Amino acid sequence: MAEATDPPRETFRLSQLLYDARYRSMTIQVVAAILIMLLLVELVDNTVTNLAALGKDIRFGFLWSTAGYDINQQLIPFTSQDTHARAALVGILNTLVVAALGCILATIIGVLAGVLRLSSNWIVAKIMTFYVEAMRNTPLLIWILIVFAVMTEATPQPREFREGGSASMILWDSVAISNRGVYIPRPIWAEGSGFVVAVFVLSVIGIFVLRHIARKRQQDTGQILPVFRLSLALFFVPTLLAYFLMGRPVTLETPELGGFNFAGGLQIRNSFIALWLALSLYTSAFIAEIVRSGILAISKGQTEAAFALGIQPNRTMQLIILPQALRVIIPPLISQYLNLTKNSSLAIAVGYMDVRSTLGGITINQTGRELEGMLLLGIFYLITSLIISAVMNLYNSSVKLKER
Amino acid sequence: MNKKVFLGALTVAGLAAGASAAATIDDVKARGSLKCGSNEGLAGFAAPDANGVWQGFDVSLCRAIAAAVLGDAQAVEFVPLTSQTRFTALAAGEVDVLIRNSTWTFSRDTDLKLDFVGVNYYDGQGFMVRNDIGVSSAKELDGTTVCIQTGTTTELNLADFFRVNNISYEPVPVATNAEGQQQYLAGACDVYTTDISGLAATRATFENAGEHVILPEVVSKEPLGPAVRHGDSEWGDIVRWTLNALIAAEEYGVTSANVMELAAGPTTNPEINRLLGTEGELGAMIGLDKDWAVRAIAAVGNYGEVFERNIGEATPIGLARGLNAQWTEGGLLYAPPFR
Repeated sequence: MAEATDPPRETFRLSQLLYDARYRSMTIQVVAAILIMLLLVELVDNTVTNLAALGKDIRFGFLWSTAGYDINQQLIPFTSQDTHARAALVGILNTLVVAALGCILATIIGVLAGVLRLSSNWIVAKIMTFYVEAMRNTPLLIWILIVFAVMTEATPQPREFREGGSASMILWDSVAISNRGVYIPRPIWAEGSGFVVAVFVLSVIGIFVLRHIARKRQQDTGQILPVFRLSLALFFVPTLLAYFLMGRPVTLETPELGGFNFAGGLQIRNSFIALWLALSLYTSAFIAEIVRSGILAISKGQTEAAFALGIQPNRTMQLIILPQALRVIIPPLISQYLNLTKNSSLAIAVGYMDVRSTLGGITINQTGRELEGMLLLGIFYLITSLIISAVMNLYNSSVKLKER
Repeated sequence: MNKKVFLGALTVAGLAAGASAAATIDDVKARGSLKCGSNEGLAGFAAPDANGVWQGFDVSLCRAIAAAVLGDAQAVEFVPLTSQTRFTALAAGEVDVLIRNSTWTFSRDTDLKLDFVGVNYYDGQGFMVRNDIGVSSAKELDGTTVCIQTGTTTELNLADFFRVNNISYEPVPVATNAEGQQQYLAGACDVYTTDISGLAATRATFENAGEHVILPEVVSKEPLGPAVRHGDSEWGDIVRWTLNALIAAEEYGVTSANVMELAAGPTTNPEINRLLGTEGELGAMIGLDKDWAVRAIAAVGNYGEVFERNIGEATPIGLARGLNAQWTEGGLLYAPPFR
């Protein structure tokens, strides 16, 4: 009878927590977690104690009291009689608008600069290298101040636009570039304009559908549709037809000089332009490098294989290089978008009324609620960043390598 | 690890801030210098001169306090603060006293947990425009663009004034007086608004000061004064009575020139004797020695001297005494009795 000997049963000893490699890392982590938590508790407790010593409590009631100050750029109506909460909302919208437009412009400039830096034309490549290095290696705040200084010091005052003045409006007297901002015509939506807008939206959707059909058709049959020309036609023709059919319901109100300032039209303030351009230019330099790295990451063999099959260079880029490069480009691009959004809080340098200037600036100063205001500000930027990350991650998962 | 170090540092910083919440006088004496929160540059009130030495009306009060407490008018560390950061800096203990053209208001005195201990300049908000704009009253400013320092009472007064008069304006927020000045001179705003003393001081630095006019309307009361943290009454008393000593000195004719002579022995005026410590023990009551006021007056002069030297009619800023004359001259300056 064979006797099965049990392997010696391992007994757990306390010293193993320290000397056994299997348990040691867990011990360290638990101890570290406890220490961090203790420090956090101490920090919060310390803050509360010190605030109490100063006679301050933590309350958010100030949000519902009258703000009492005016904000120049408002996407939703706001008067000085509205609440601090609404002032914060106005600031939030201003932040989002500059961040969104900044991301778009930064991407456009960045992709252009990144592709051009790889150009075989020596001068173009060197100019782009210079651009990228100059932008990347100087602080953003300096760029914001430079653009702002140019906008206020180098452009004419509104009164220069008067009869006999030295400045005049451009583009058939419809756009005025002054040191208070750029005034552009504003569309006036009359009756029937809703139909025109609806047609426009439908034709934009149509373009996407067309591209989808074209791709499917190419994959199935190999035939190529003239997508670009069809898209261009879809973009303009139905909307223009609707516009004239409805009797031209959308008119433009051009800015006119009245009193001390331009009246009518849409004012794009210098503070906004300075922040928007500087954020876009600065971030575009980083995006250019990301794009360049993405393209260089694709093996040259891919291009050569495509050429060998007789595929034209632009289609090679569109169908073979870019889809693969995007996998490399998207993840770092997300963090650039996040950076741009958070960097927009430098708005205070040029007096752009973003959420840092309203909630985090004037409101805090007028109510003395620094901790509460900064907490809310932090939560806002956190949520915004998480949303941007989530959306971009969704897009990333749609372009990333599908492993089956 | 980094995170832990960071949190630890925060905790230590928090503890340090907590410890300094009380007994400012001990901190000042231990440090050997006074941290004075001042304007980041307003000619006549607080600005460094060509040699980098801070000069001005508000600066003199800082120096007087340093002279009274530490015996050295130069033992002041000036911390330039913007209108937005000033109260937070004071509450956080970064400065011992805030003397920075700050308006004494109800909510700042109570809700912001500051203590305004007096008024060193009675001011009001005004508007400055170019002559050629053709405006003679603030009520004609409909549709103008107005430069304004954010985080100030002027910001609120401005909103109220234009709303009550039912006229429109476009605010251009600026962070500092220098920025406001640059924007206004570039024509990015038609109007610059702040306290009238600030307007006069700013205009005095313009190349062509005569091309700018301060409109007659005074739209608010702006009592500017030194502020300390709430809850440290001993320190508040020292600041309050140093200011009062300078005001009383002018009333009794004590100047920087004759203060040593008057302090040498008792005079016939008992008020002067008590102020200068030749009679009574007033200094000990606020935790200082008996010569505290002598040192303050000898260092900067009395209120009138400080005014005339920095912002008076003989200076480029050229402000009249107006409300800031002694009560005996029809002004509002009225130091409580030294008794």
